[in-house]
Amino acid sequence: MSHSITPEERRERRLILALLTPALAVIGLLLIAPLIWMTWQSFQGPDGFSLMHYRRFFTDSVYLSSFTQTFRIALVVTVGALLIGYPIAYVAAKSQGIWPALILGMVLVPFWTSVLVRAYAWLILLQRRGIVNSTLRDMGLIDQPLLLVNNEFGTTMATLHILLPFMVLPLYAAMKKIPGELETAGASLGGNGWLVFRSIYLPLSLPGMIAGSVLVFVLTLGFYITPELLGGGRTFLVSMLVSRNIELYNEWGAASSISVVLLLVVFGIFRLASLLIPFERIMGAK
Amino acid sequence: MKTMKTMFSTTAFCALTFGTAAMAQEITFVSQGGAYQEAQTKAILEPASELTGITVRQDSSPDAWPQVRTQIETGAPIWDVIDTPTKDCIRGGEQGMIEPLDLSVMPSVAAMPEDLRNEYSVAYEFYSSVLAHSTEAFEEGEAPQSWADFWDVEKFPGMRALRNHPLATLEAALMADGVAPADLYPLDVDRAYAKLEEIKPHIAVWWTSGAQSAQLLADGEVDMTMAWNGRVSAVMEEGAPVDFTYNQGILQYTSLCVLKGAPNLSDAMKFIEAAMSPEIQANFPSYIDYGPGNPAAYDTGKISAERAAELPNSPENASLQVLNSAAWWSSPEGEAAQDRWASFVQQ
Repeated sequence: MSHSITPEERRERRLILALLTPALAVIGLLLIAPLIWMTWQSFQGPDGFSLMHYRRFFTDSVYLSSFTQTFRIALVVTVGALLIGYPIAYVAAKSQGIWPALILGMVLVPFWTSVLVRAYAWLILLQRRGIVNSTLRDMGLIDQPLLLVNNEFGTTMATLHILLPFMVLPLYAAMKKIPGELETAGASLGGNGWLVFRSIYLPLSLPGMIAGSVLVFVLTLGFYITPELLGGGRTFLVSMLVSRNIELYNEWGAASSISVVLLLVVFGIFRLASLLIPFERIMGAK
Repeated sequence: MKTMKTMFSTTAFCALTFGTAAMAQEITFVSQGGAYQEAQTKAILEPASELTGITVRQDSSPDAWPQVRTQIETGAPIWDVIDTPTKDCIRGGEQGMIEPLDLSVMPSVAAMPEDLRNEYSVAYEFYSSVLAHSTEAFEEGEAPQSWADFWDVEKFPGMRALRNHPLATLEAALMADGVAPADLYPLDVDRAYAKLEEIKPHIAVWWTSGAQSAQLLADGEVDMTMAWNGRVSAVMEEGAPVDFTYNQGILQYTSLCVLKGAPNLSDAMKFIEAAMSPEIQANFPSYIDYGPGNPAAYDTGKISAERAAELPNSPENASLQVLNSAAWWSSPEGEAAQDRWASFVQQ
């Protein structure tokens, strides 16, 4: 640090700062300031500072069941997305010619469709007289229609479908970075296909798996549209708890406290994930 | 010096008079948006504006309550008249956020039955939470006609839906349990929730939006549901195999009330009088399947007997139903009953 910076360097630093200023201002104004305001509100009772909004986490049974259900769905969606997304990404990364573009295109086209449209599409597919039930009935597999929607199953299904690209894309990016020679080398040393995959390919694709899982898990935690439209009123996730609290207690503080807790949980998850793998790699920067 | 002073006070006087005169021209009216607000623009707002000379600026908010609170907290409300669930007018009034109505300038309101108005608000339009069913699932004459039928899963098998909200649902449960409509209030909340536990395993969907309730029936997702009459008749007009009964319907209304410290307070009061006058109220049914808040509208001759038979609060239909008590729902017991709902639905 002893050497003095040259005028060119100083000019460059000033330029970088100037270029960053608009972005920093937007983030500060639209993200950081509201977050501080929200946190402040969550500690406000009718007579100033109060922990009343946080006390409800222990006294209102709806809080606990809502958080439990949200984490259960988030876990199922993440595992499901990993199981479905991994083979898709694998085939896309391994195939040649037009195939990768075609496979990724099929993943992305639904991604560009409105979430609302996709949620209603699942309603049409899964409802009592929907396509799935009538097909099964025509094939003689069932007598009574299956209850596939307006419950946790329908919510999980649609959420999984909507979030699948967030799993496939990081996986694909991670897999593309695995040099093909490593597998050849493994095979030349006598490893069969499964052994090579398990001891070379799978560990090397781990960054993609973690990145995708964290994204899908965290996004599911805040999902609102699918549980609202497809949950049948029984699926009551944390996001819905926030809106209920505004209606019920008429206080932004009650809703803010839930958001603060959820945000802390998300930070915790990112922290855990970054212990497994550096944060920059999760976000795909390296 | 003296001239200066005179000039100054003249200017001030002019500013004051013209300022007031300019303000006397308009109010801001807030309703819930959508087809409903469009219908009342033609039915109520435009004729009332013509009658009084008050220009009506409109705003809409599906849930006005949080915004009312925010406007009052800032100390400078921008809304004048709101059309909102009666409960919000009452609790708003009790919390100093709503002005009491000035009945001295409201002869039409003063002439209305007392159970349709209170210190802060007056019934503006009626709708009903009715028992609707699929005509594919039930032949005519064999359809469920009462809440006891809705609860009778042996005699009336099929999927059911109820609103994901205790209001009207608790009333239905108590009627199913044999409570006479006249004895409903104050609600026996424990008894109502116990009765709801009985039907809970047969409820396929707890619906959240009016459109959803009607769609569930039209799609055949459920065979019977509680739904708002206007939503059911809308899908019936589209040809959906659906029908409903007003028997044991829970008659509800939204009300008009005025924000505390509203910018155009006296005009707001004058406007409410015009909007509530029987002649203008009688326009409601020409545009939407909701009933006028002022029952005197049925005596104006503007609503035909056939049309009246379709409306939720025509004298014949009203006699089959029970009037929801907004006063009870805004009481501490009512709030507690509402608080209990989420844990009931979830478990």
